[in-house]
Amino acid sequence: MTDPTPAPTAADATVTLRVWRGDPAGGELVDYTLPAQDGEVVLDVVHRIQATLAPDLACRWNCKAGKCGSCSSEINGKPRLMCMTRVDELPEGPITVTPMRTFPILRDLVTDVSFNFEVAKRVPAFAPPPPPPDGYRMQQVDVQRGQEFRKCIECFLCQDVCHVIRDHEENKQHYAGPRFFIRYAELEMHPLDTNDRRELVRQRMGLGLCNITKCCTEVCPEHIKITDNAIIPMKERVVDASYDPVAWLGRKILRRRKRTPDEAAATAP
Amino acid sequence: MPENESHRYDVIVIGAGGAGLRAAIEAHERGLRTALVCKSLLGKAHTVMAEGGVAAAMGNVYPEDNWQVHFRDTMRGGKYLNQWRMAQLHAQEAPDRVHELEAWGALFDRTPDGRITQRDFGGHRYARLAHVGDRTGLELIRTLQQRAVSLGIDVFMECKVLRLLTDDSGAVSGAVGYWRASGDIVVFESKAVVLATGSIGRCYTYTSNSWESTGDGHAMAMWAGADVIEMECVQFHPTGMVWPLSVRGLLVTEGVRGDGGALKNSEGRRFMFDYIPEMFRAETAETEEEADAWYEDHANNRRTPDLLPRDEVARAINSEVKAGRGSPHGGVFLDIASRRSADYIRRRLPSMYHQFMELAGVDITAEPMEVGPTCHYMMGGVRVHPETQAATVPGLFAAGEVAGGMHGANRLGGNSLSDLLVFGRRAGMGAADFAEGRAGEPAADPAQVDAVVAEAVAPFERDGGENPYDLHRDLQTTMQALVGIIRNGPELEQALEKLGELRERAGKVHVAGGRSYNPGWNLATDLPSLLTVSTAIAQGALARKESRGGHTRDDYPGPDPELGKVNFVQRQTGERGYAAPIQISAEPLPAMPAELQALLEEGH
Repeated sequence: MTDPTPAPTAADATVTLRVWRGDPAGGELVDYTLPAQDGEVVLDVVHRIQATLAPDLACRWNCKAGKCGSCSSEINGKPRLMCMTRVDELPEGPITVTPMRTFPILRDLVTDVSFNFEVAKRVPAFAPPPPPPDGYRMQQVDVQRGQEFRKCIECFLCQDVCHVIRDHEENKQHYAGPRFFIRYAELEMHPLDTNDRRELVRQRMGLGLCNITKCCTEVCPEHIKITDNAIIPMKERVVDASYDPVAWLGRKILRRRKRTPDEAAATAP
Repeated sequence: MPENESHRYDVIVIGAGGAGLRAAIEAHERGLRTALVCKSLLGKAHTVMAEGGVAAAMGNVYPEDNWQVHFRDTMRGGKYLNQWRMAQLHAQEAPDRVHELEAWGALFDRTPDGRITQRDFGGHRYARLAHVGDRTGLELIRTLQQRAVSLGIDVFMECKVLRLLTDDSGAVSGAVGYWRASGDIVVFESKAVVLATGSIGRCYTYTSNSWESTGDGHAMAMWAGADVIEMECVQFHPTGMVWPLSVRGLLVTEGVRGDGGALKNSEGRRFMFDYIPEMFRAETAETEEEADAWYEDHANNRRTPDLLPRDEVARAINSEVKAGRGSPHGGVFLDIASRRSADYIRRRLPSMYHQFMELAGVDITAEPMEVGPTCHYMMGGVRVHPETQAATVPGLFAAGEVAGGMHGANRLGGNSLSDLLVFGRRAGMGAADFAEGRAGEPAADPAQVDAVVAEAVAPFERDGGENPYDLHRDLQTTMQALVGIIRNGPELEQALEKLGELRERAGKVHVAGGRSYNPGWNLATDLPSLLTVSTAIAQGALARKESRGGHTRDDYPGPDPELGKVNFVQRQTGERGYAAPIQISAEPLPAMPAELQALLEEGH
């Protein structure tokens, strides 16, 4: 194939990235200016900075195609994927690139996102009934709800923007965050799942702390309607399970109590 | 030297894409102490980028489909260079592996009667790919990841393995690597090691592969004394994005053509009709009418040439561009906009719609895409036993793209995700059996560890020298220009000479900064594998004096029946490492039983 050489947008056009550099002890914004190139995304510019000006500039990335969710950062203050943010769509002037604020700094643009992997361990596994001899049957319309949530690329931008944990480290103990609310919703809406996770999500995952400001939905690069399609329906289901006056009366009369989260979790495999 | 962090396991799995996850799940469920070690965060491996689907002859859409037809398609697609037993096991076991994923929570798209639906892909006689829109890889990796997490498997994330350790007998006894976050060394002592490190795409400038695809497993296996086969067989996917330059090489799924998209040149001609090879003539449509009718009715029409195997399509695109009938940015056109409704396109190909809209400003429901070949897949790899996935060195196993043999000279689309599942599981079983039978606890040899660490940190200790980014770029330029999609003897000789110079330069690499999350240093530690793998590809390509599947020589344009009976095997017999020479020899392929041979001949 012929090999077109990159055409600079204009002979002397430049792009300036104002990148946060530092470590857990502190850091500062550093400006890097390079010749501009047509059609670039922010991650391309970071790569060119690494190759020429700052070979040790730390930045997490993998696919550079918006599919793996590794290069999450805050671009001009907004949580975004560096690989899906075109330079020519941003306002003129320096582009500020800073690490996600909700997670501890490792170095430069790389944060310690282990919080998310810890929460993931607390989600009880999918628990289907044994398959019938000719395999499970499910209708497309029924799997579609879960499929929306399974588009999640785990970029954790929704976790980053969520004000419940963004400036409240203490809430991380008892709040799972939007990424895991959609995981719970996905399992709860799975046509084959046999677990009831409503008490767990209320008591242990802090669903009640979310006050549906929809910031998570706004930053989702997969355009998952996190608030409308997952969080609100989950809140409704929790309300049905916990606060429905008829159900409450029924429990009183029949002297049944609600299951504790541990009991709910114990039914998980 | 300071005491290194050290861990002891029965089985360690290096790489956490589909194959690594599936292998770890299997070994863990057998009750063995199992660890998963990966260069990136869990769930970010290259498997996530697979789009089209998992090939499995479930017969949900075409009841005529069965493992025999899948086996035949796979062997024909691989131009008969495949290890027949792997292709057979793969075709037989893939449906069970897909059903297993469903029991672990995967949500595949459905048929009207509620079963898993299947889509058409190149080289598959029937619609065979189980899928989730065009993000099947994400579904697969997330399902396996969630399964592994729920089982409590130990995961070492962002931990780069540098080299395997061996004991006095030469058997593999562990590995040494470093944490990317801190740069600290970590040593694994293990009874068995499974390599599941994926591809080699980063040897080339234009690739659909993520940064991780640096051939670490291919190279580490060779440095441990194992054989690799068919390293010359690199797949260039016909449809990568060509513009903007920053996304050049990014994959455009074959599903676009499976769902009705057609390739056209600058004259608007569907040029694939001009490139139907003899081998596929009987089963390929000759007219546009027949090709278009095939989408609805496979029984009474032959398949469109747009869906010939990938090697054929990639070469055709290359020829059209060379003849001056390319698109403005040096590719050809892929048109689905004029052939399917906007609704259908957005529903069937949501990621493609998204990718072109956001990265190229192209609305694929309204205008054609520009596409061209991109380095996509490595057919060659570690020579393994077809049933246990054991390498030729005791204690070492390999599965997925790092293993060779399954796909022969060219892989069919959809056969990679099924390969990961079938042979990931088998590698986990093989490694578990081996670990259970291995006496004693392997111990790391401190001298080996010290030598590996010394080589890895040497770039910090040099006063000035080569920039690792420059070296990597020069390597990619060399491979792209001289060992690319169309090859010839003089250029391959030239490539080997240049690779020799690059290996010399690799000994002079200098990096600045500290060891904590330093991408310059991380790249410097990837360079040895990239160099070993590139050298093996070029040597294999020079040795195979014919054109077959993904390997095309313009000085030997046709297949040579004699070379169709051999594998080119490469290994390091004396000194080992990126600077040491690699020996190459031709060895006969295993003989196929008559009943399988008959399947290949049947009908065609």
